[in-house]
Amino acid sequence: MTIFSDIGRYLLMIKGMFSRPENGKMYWKEFMHQCSDIGIGSLGIVVIISIFMGAVSTVQTAYQLISPLIPKSTIAQIVRDTVILEFAPTLVCIVLAGVVGSKIASELGNMRVSEQIDALEIMGINTKTYLILPKVIAALVVIPVLVVIAAVLGIWGGRLAGSMANILANSTYDKGLLEGFMPFNVIFAMAKAYTFAFIISTIPAYFGFYVKGGALEIGRASTRAVVISCILILFADYVLAALLL
Amino acid sequence: MIELRNIRKSFDGKTVIEDVSATMKTGQCNLIIGTSGSGKTVLMKCMVGLFEPDSGEIIYHGQDFIKMSRAEKTEIRKEIGMLFQGSALFDSLTVEENVMFPLSMFTKDSHAKKLERVNEVLDRVNLKDTNKKFPAELSGGMKKRVGIARAIVLNPKYLFCDEPNSGLDPQTAMVIDKLIQEITKEFNITTVVNTHDMNSVMETGDYILYMYQGKKEWEGSKKEIIFSKNERLNSFIFASEFLQDTKEMRMMEERGKIPNDRNIDDLLK
Repeated sequence: MTIFSDIGRYLLMIKGMFSRPENGKMYWKEFMHQCSDIGIGSLGIVVIISIFMGAVSTVQTAYQLISPLIPKSTIAQIVRDTVILEFAPTLVCIVLAGVVGSKIASELGNMRVSEQIDALEIMGINTKTYLILPKVIAALVVIPVLVVIAAVLGIWGGRLAGSMANILANSTYDKGLLEGFMPFNVIFAMAKAYTFAFIISTIPAYFGFYVKGGALEIGRASTRAVVISCILILFADYVLAALLL
Repeated sequence: MIELRNIRKSFDGKTVIEDVSATMKTGQCNLIIGTSGSGKTVLMKCMVGLFEPDSGEIIYHGQDFIKMSRAEKTEIRKEIGMLFQGSALFDSLTVEENVMFPLSMFTKDSHAKKLERVNEVLDRVNLKDTNKKFPAELSGGMKKRVGIARAIVLNPKYLFCDEPNSGLDPQTAMVIDKLIQEITKEFNITTVVNTHDMNSVMETGDYILYMYQGKKEWEGSKKEIIFSKNERLNSFIFASEFLQDTKEMRMMEERGKIPNDRNIDDLLK
């Protein structure tokens, strides 16, 4: 019963986000603030995990490809496709669900508990539109960009690890990157990025916006938001793969 | 003026407000008092539209607030200022930005003009040199004053204060009470204060609505409360011996038996 009422309230929240802004300038300011928070705030962790993700992929792929019949450039192909298809969108978004999701849930939860949301309501501001919509749009703009950065850095990290560990030369890696490249993979990765961005922003917003109680409940809501976002990302990952590939 | 007609509100089948009617006049401090859990906060939240009553009418400008469209409600809400129990200041904004927020959202004034208005209201609540401070850097009393400044910055017609004295020392509480009273008279607004602070009741209560278990138990003014024979009200208000003595002194004072310049020691004897 709770799950159905949660789904219903979540859908109503999404519907409630779309209303005419009271003041476009203030909404724009909030949107830019969210872009900076989500984008710049997560850039560091995205850079670190992307480079290591690519590097580990190269080393582990090389470890498994022991046949002398398979050219070394295949390692680059496998790293490229793994990073673009799965690691960059899914792994990065799961990390972002933790970083961004917990931030959104706790920020809104704290606003709810300390009556800041009530204060906005009384001023005549549509709180769903003012507090949630800029976060969702910012996530839809910034997260795909982070995924592209992650993909580029992941592939570069793989190249770096390949040369540093003497697995394959840079020229061989570059050659492999260009072999059998399918542009659709990038479209698929972007489709994932947009879907996950929507999940990462709306699920924590829901849990934060409707939190009841005190500091303990904010923590619980934040944890639930991250866990459910991660599960939904993995579920959506499977559905998208089954539908689009 | 705000008129409440037969307000009823329940949560999960449990009635919290039952058939409450009251008239809150302009230019006076209207107090809602009662023990914790008596329904005063719920009643106030119904009045500002944070909760929707199950039945009844809340009349602003002769129109029922409950039946208004979203746009009409928004217009009324622009005339409402509210001071929350915990001040509800936006943590990420400075004092200046907090007070400027309603102006930025609802007016097209230049930044200079908005700043002028912000300084004017901050000055009115006796806050100086705090413009660039964040709420976390302020004391409880200062936060309340910023909350009042934010509530009055758009020149509201209605001011709602939810337990404005909670968590404050008696001296600061008195300053806040006085400020609310002054603002009410100065701007001729309808002020509704939710409190269980007896000092506030005795100092500011032009109209007092006493709630008991979700029902209106008593209504009257601060003068009438002294002579009230309502047992529940008396046991609530004059819970301490000191306050009972105060009541007796006040009663004598009202009847003109003792001069007004009596010594406080008389009370303590």
